[in-house]
Amino acid sequence: MSRILAPLALVALLLAGWEIAVRAMGIPAYFLPPPSGVAVALVENLPSLAAAAWITLSTALIALVVASLIAVGLAVIVGLNPLLEAAVRPLASVLQVTPVVAIAPLVLIWAGIDHPQRAIVALAVLVAFFPIFSGAVTGLRAADPDLERLFDLYGAGRWQRVMRLRLPSAVPFLLEGHKVGAGLAIIGAVVAEFGAGSGGVRGLAWQILDAGNKLQTARMIAALVVLGLMGVALHALLDRAERVGLTWWRGR
Amino acid sequence: MTLAALKDVEVDYAGRGRALGPIDLSVEAGEILALVGPSGCGKSTALRLLAGLEGPTRGTLERTPGRGETAVVFQAPTLAPWLTAQANVALPLELSGMPTEEARRRAREALVRVGLAGAEDARPATLSGGMAMRASLARAMVTEPRLLLLDEPFAALDEITRRTLADDVLSLWDASRPAIVFVTHNVEEAVYMADRVAVLTRGPGRLAGVARIEAPLPRPQGFRTTEVFRAAVEQVSGLLAQGMEAAR
Repeated sequence: MSRILAPLALVALLLAGWEIAVRAMGIPAYFLPPPSGVAVALVENLPSLAAAAWITLSTALIALVVASLIAVGLAVIVGLNPLLEAAVRPLASVLQVTPVVAIAPLVLIWAGIDHPQRAIVALAVLVAFFPIFSGAVTGLRAADPDLERLFDLYGAGRWQRVMRLRLPSAVPFLLEGHKVGAGLAIIGAVVAEFGAGSGGVRGLAWQILDAGNKLQTARMIAALVVLGLMGVALHALLDRAERVGLTWWRGR
Repeated sequence: MTLAALKDVEVDYAGRGRALGPIDLSVEAGEILALVGPSGCGKSTALRLLAGLEGPTRGTLERTPGRGETAVVFQAPTLAPWLTAQANVALPLELSGMPTEEARRRAREALVRVGLAGAEDARPATLSGGMAMRASLARAMVTEPRLLLLDEPFAALDEITRRTLADDVLSLWDASRPAIVFVTHNVEEAVYMADRVAVLTRGPGRLAGVARIEAPLPRPQGFRTTEVFRAAVEQVSGLLAQGMEAAR
């Protein structure tokens, strides 16, 4: 019980300190609004903030699905051909270490002039791709070597080996990869929305930009709070999904 | 009829040198052959050659069983954790193209034969070590192999489970009479279960000798207390000691 109460108490303490400090020092609301002001902005803008959160979340989820299909498909193909893996690995790594903010303008030019939504999905796919691909490649190689020998013995074909041994063996790695990938997809979607600017898709990043342009600092922070809560909820959900998936896979 | 034969075979592994040989060893149809010897004497290598999972570096390997006629049981049960016991046992049949329905039916029968009736839907993680090993045996027997290779199948089990399983393997053998080759560290177990016991020596993998056990299979009740058993154990132990001496 105290484990749950302790962080809540800390948050309450910090908020109270913030509220008192802002009032005592007479800080203007456009510079730093008190928590009560943020709460009011949150309630007043709830419909538009929720809609924006949904736009960002659905973008991230679409990106996750697309990234999953590409990454797992590519990992299977690459897993069947070691030479191809040697060729693809470094390229995938380059993609991983390049910040999405740096690629955003390019992708926005290619895909986004008329369809900023597509460009944002593409960028989120780009960041979600690597952890899934990397997990899949590792997982596809993680099958029990004795089970591999049995598949040799029974004359299993390539396709049988992938579908009935390597992919099922990779499940724990795939779960982990998708968990990390989903978190990154949210970050990718937000960063891409920033890159698209105020003319782009009206997700949470747009809310933050728009409120900033109008010096509605309380609304900015309210949008940040929604983003944080969404991240926490998604993380908890994926954590749970991973545990359920692992339990099913292990059989207990 | 000879099912598999190593003729003047040597196996070298890159970076580790000689693992086996030169050695001559053959497996006759329907016999039970035990391979005993200290760790690192090449028993498992010999087994993988007989299974056709590896080729010799030098010498010749002759095998007559076709695809699907050889089965292997490893030291660990090596069951797929995501499949039920029944699906694990059905796997070799399904891989060879048998319709799922028929494969699952035969798998259920195989599970019954190893004493796992009722455990069809259990996942490997919920089976005890002995039960998992039985499921692994069922998976090996379900294809009705002519050659069955067991690589220290009981090494991880307690003494009582070991003995029960040894008897179960013998009665399974009696039902369809495949040739069995099994690797073990345990001299008593080798003598109890085998027609012939081949003793390998370390440094590296040569044959110290082969002892023939002059008693019918499966063994009669109380075989472990007979003079034949004791004499055979002594003979095999002698061969092991000689081999150790020669390797020094």
